[in-house]
Amino acid sequence: MKKVHVQITLNGEETEFLCEPRQSLLEVLRDVLGYTGTKEGCLTGDCGACSVIMDGRPIDSCLVLGIEAEGKEITTVEGLADGDTLHPLQKKFLEHAALQCGICTPGFLVTSKALLDRNPNPTEHEIRYALAGNLCRCTGYDKIVRAVQDAASQMQGR
Amino acid sequence: MHALLLLHTVSMTTVFIPSLLRKLTGGKDRTTARGATVREIIEDLERQFPGFRDRVIENGDLTGSIAVSVNGEISAEGLHEAVPDESEIHFVPAIGGG
Amino acid sequence: MAARQEHKFKVIGTRPIRHDGVDKVTGRAQYGADIDLAGLLHGKTLRSSHAHANIKSIDTSAAEALSGVKAVITAQDFPNIEPGMAQMGELPVNPQHMSLNCIARDKVLYDGHVVAAVVATSPHIAEEALKLIKVDYEVLPHVQNVMDAMNDDAPILLPGLGKGDDGEPKDTNVANHVQFERGDIAAGFAAAEVIVEREFDTSMVHQGYIEPHNSVAQYSSDGQSTIWVSTQGAFTARDQTAMVLDMPASKIKVVPAEIGGGFGGKIPIYFEPISLILSKKTGKPVKMVMSRAEVLKATGPTPGSHIRVKMGADKDGKITAAEVWMAYEAGGFPGSPVGAGCMTIITPYDIENLKIDGYDVLVNKPKTAAYRAPGSTNAAMGSETVIDELAEKLGIDPLEFRRINGAKEGTAQAAGPKFGRIGYLETVEAAKTSDHFKSELPQVEGRRVGRGVASGFWFNAGFQSSATVAINSDGTANVVTGSIDIGGTRASCAMIAAEVLGLTAEEVHPVVADTESIGHTDMTGGSRVTFATGTAVYDAAQDVLSQLKERAAKSWKVETDQVTFQDGVFTCTTNGNESMTLKELSGKLPRTGGPVMGRASVNPRGVGPAFATHVVDVAVDEETGKVDILRYTAVQDVGTAIHPSYVEGQMQGGVAQGIGWALNEEYVYGDDGRLQNAGFLDYRMPTCLDLPMIETVLVEVPNPGHPVGVRGVGEVPIIPPPAAIANAIYSATGVRMADLPMSPPRLCKAILEKNG
Repeated sequence: MKKVHVQITLNGEETEFLCEPRQSLLEVLRDVLGYTGTKEGCLTGDCGACSVIMDGRPIDSCLVLGIEAEGKEITTVEGLADGDTLHPLQKKFLEHAALQCGICTPGFLVTSKALLDRNPNPTEHEIRYALAGNLCRCTGYDKIVRAVQDAASQMQGR
Repeated sequence: MHALLLLHTVSMTTVFIPSLLRKLTGGKDRTTARGATVREIIEDLERQFPGFRDRVIENGDLTGSIAVSVNGEISAEGLHEAVPDESEIHFVPAIGGG
Repeated sequence: MAARQEHKFKVIGTRPIRHDGVDKVTGRAQYGADIDLAGLLHGKTLRSSHAHANIKSIDTSAAEALSGVKAVITAQDFPNIEPGMAQMGELPVNPQHMSLNCIARDKVLYDGHVVAAVVATSPHIAEEALKLIKVDYEVLPHVQNVMDAMNDDAPILLPGLGKGDDGEPKDTNVANHVQFERGDIAAGFAAAEVIVEREFDTSMVHQGYIEPHNSVAQYSSDGQSTIWVSTQGAFTARDQTAMVLDMPASKIKVVPAEIGGGFGGKIPIYFEPISLILSKKTGKPVKMVMSRAEVLKATGPTPGSHIRVKMGADKDGKITAAEVWMAYEAGGFPGSPVGAGCMTIITPYDIENLKIDGYDVLVNKPKTAAYRAPGSTNAAMGSETVIDELAEKLGIDPLEFRRINGAKEGTAQAAGPKFGRIGYLETVEAAKTSDHFKSELPQVEGRRVGRGVASGFWFNAGFQSSATVAINSDGTANVVTGSIDIGGTRASCAMIAAEVLGLTAEEVHPVVADTESIGHTDMTGGSRVTFATGTAVYDAAQDVLSQLKERAAKSWKVETDQVTFQDGVFTCTTNGNESMTLKELSGKLPRTGGPVMGRASVNPRGVGPAFATHVVDVAVDEETGKVDILRYTAVQDVGTAIHPSYVEGQMQGGVAQGIGWALNEEYVYGDDGRLQNAGFLDYRMPTCLDLPMIETVLVEVPNPGHPVGVRGVGEVPIIPPPAAIANAIYSATGVRMADLPMSPPRLCKAILEKNG
């Protein structure tokens, strides 16, 4: 199948790739660009393991075609830390033991970042609402919600 | 000499008979048996209740679905498990965890 | 009573950052599907959409001709495994059934059963090729309900498999019958003031791990093979694959990738042997990853069941007799956890007169696998709701009823063996005195609210583990085990070593090794890792310590027994003030005899059982049948908690799965025998928005059988939720639910029937 040239901004870097029109953004990120931090859980947009931020909005990258990403700004879990310094969400996920197996963690981190970027001071309900598209089967969500609350507090300087 | 000594020091163990094997024991739900290992206990049960061995041993080992509890602990060593004096033995289903 | 005991430990009981944490929050951690190798090919499987059919022929020629396709295989490419049993770890397995479950030979037994596999240069081409394979089936009548499958005229899945109770062969779908009987149940029921008898139907449910099964295999022309896979047991995967392919186990190296959840479902093999055969055929590495639909249709869920429970109690609330009958779905091959169901169902209680019958029944559904305390959750739905009803009829508080009957040290279990030191009554007491149980029930406008309680029991497990501990020249230590880390066991093992060696948790580096780098280690399951592998690590660290004492003695030219060790410092008891830190000594190892490494391999006794008691408040919308969880508290005897955050995490995760099982999750099959809801949209697991915070109370009754008191914590928390929620729904609505899930349509119907 003939490949198409696509240009995106990936974690702040200008990035080009060739992909088949049938390849999802998830497949492009993982198999073409080697960004395997974004995970595949269902390919039907139900689990959120493949969440990335596209132009400020959290999306399921399994439901977007690679060619649809042309000109977009994409942030994946690999783009959260600033060099050696973890993002406050990453730190708080570790401190609160908000992960067990860790397969859903990249999706939760990315979706949480998109939430805090637009709502720096969310209520517990707003956090749960924002994360309802991300499935975690290990934690029961308790420690994830607490980690997001704590990260929000820290980022607010409280 | 050594073997003789062993024989003399082995005392009786209480064996609880699984309900599906009580046809072999005439309905008895427990019995006493002699032996220093699970294998020896089963051999003694076979002497008392012919046919017993084939219901719990297959191809030289405990059948897949059965485990032996010696004094409340599932035997890690199967037929080789040592049976101390005055033990209690139960045959229970073998299970695994998740 | 103080729930937590004061520790004498420095590291155990603290909450360090897990060692694999940074890799997992930055996306660096490598899971099975992340593995890439030069020349990698991609494999896909063709699966039956018939629930029961004979395979007459398979034509793969058109698929083979498609450009990009490198090979197509069927069962004919696999060795024909003879019937028989083999031991794997502690557990018996049937290699023939294992083989036929990986790829069907003559007949398919469920929707999703693999019949062929394709390998191609891209996953898309492999998928296209699947459509070109022609399979000629002779469709057979199917049976999917245990009660139907036990009928004499039911279609037989595996002719010649069954045995009657007399041990003689018989054509039946009943693969096994378990029975416990003691005392005199007729006399027991005659002595009862009240008797409750109810029947329950529970649905098949899936573990629901977010990471689909995967396997990357590389066959080498020297006959050595490597498999990278997300599995609960590297050795378990290796040994099963070797059995299915009739190869010596040593010809296969399994490299365990990070694993995205398992809960029992990643103990069996699926793609490992298929990817290896495809690699052998092509000479290239082959990656296979399941779709979610494949995971739901054809990996091992946990059985649905039909359960009858009859129990009686006297006016003082003492249970006088219990009679239980249960049939569990095995799936297409034998091996449901009905034995565990029988052994756990009334085991939290001291009951003199009992009879329990359990049946393992073949049905045209996927071969079931373990799922967190396998067999116990559906069983407890039966017993714990009947107990609630007995307590209610006698006017006794349900926790008090459990206290009256609760098992303690010396109580005989249903299967006969007596308990050692257990902490069941402590969990009941802690539940009674919990903030939650003492609080007023919250009111919700337009909803009926209710509170329920339930308990659960799980054995926990020992099995085989190996560990090495090596001292680095800078005074830190490396801990190598063969235990796959699913939820924080690198941290718990490192903390145990740190405690022994007087190091911080951060000064110990835990590694999960492949099958050529450590001694045999059984799978991560049965809540065994921190207990059994923790014991191996403890012993290996002690081994290191005694070697270090020898080195210190050597450098001081004294006898070893004149050296003591405390708080990271070696002291010579005879020369008075001579002392040296572990760090200082570590730097001197090259000149006192060379490196120091400790090792231990164990198959430990002294397994400490786990008990849990849960309290839940629900709000029921009587119009729609929707149940909201308002508040949830899980109390558990966890033994010594090594890393309390991950102990709490196990409890909270188990509760969330139990809530899903209680309220929504179920396999829905059509009349055609096909799974109707093979996706996460329709197989509805709890989301963040469905749950409240989950409160935990850690009761620590140390296990006397473990060097630091570990019991194992992972499994028991899934057991009580469905029964506790059913009891809460009754308290809210007056409706006794007997079927799982208690989904909105079912509950709505029950409420309508009650209200006439």
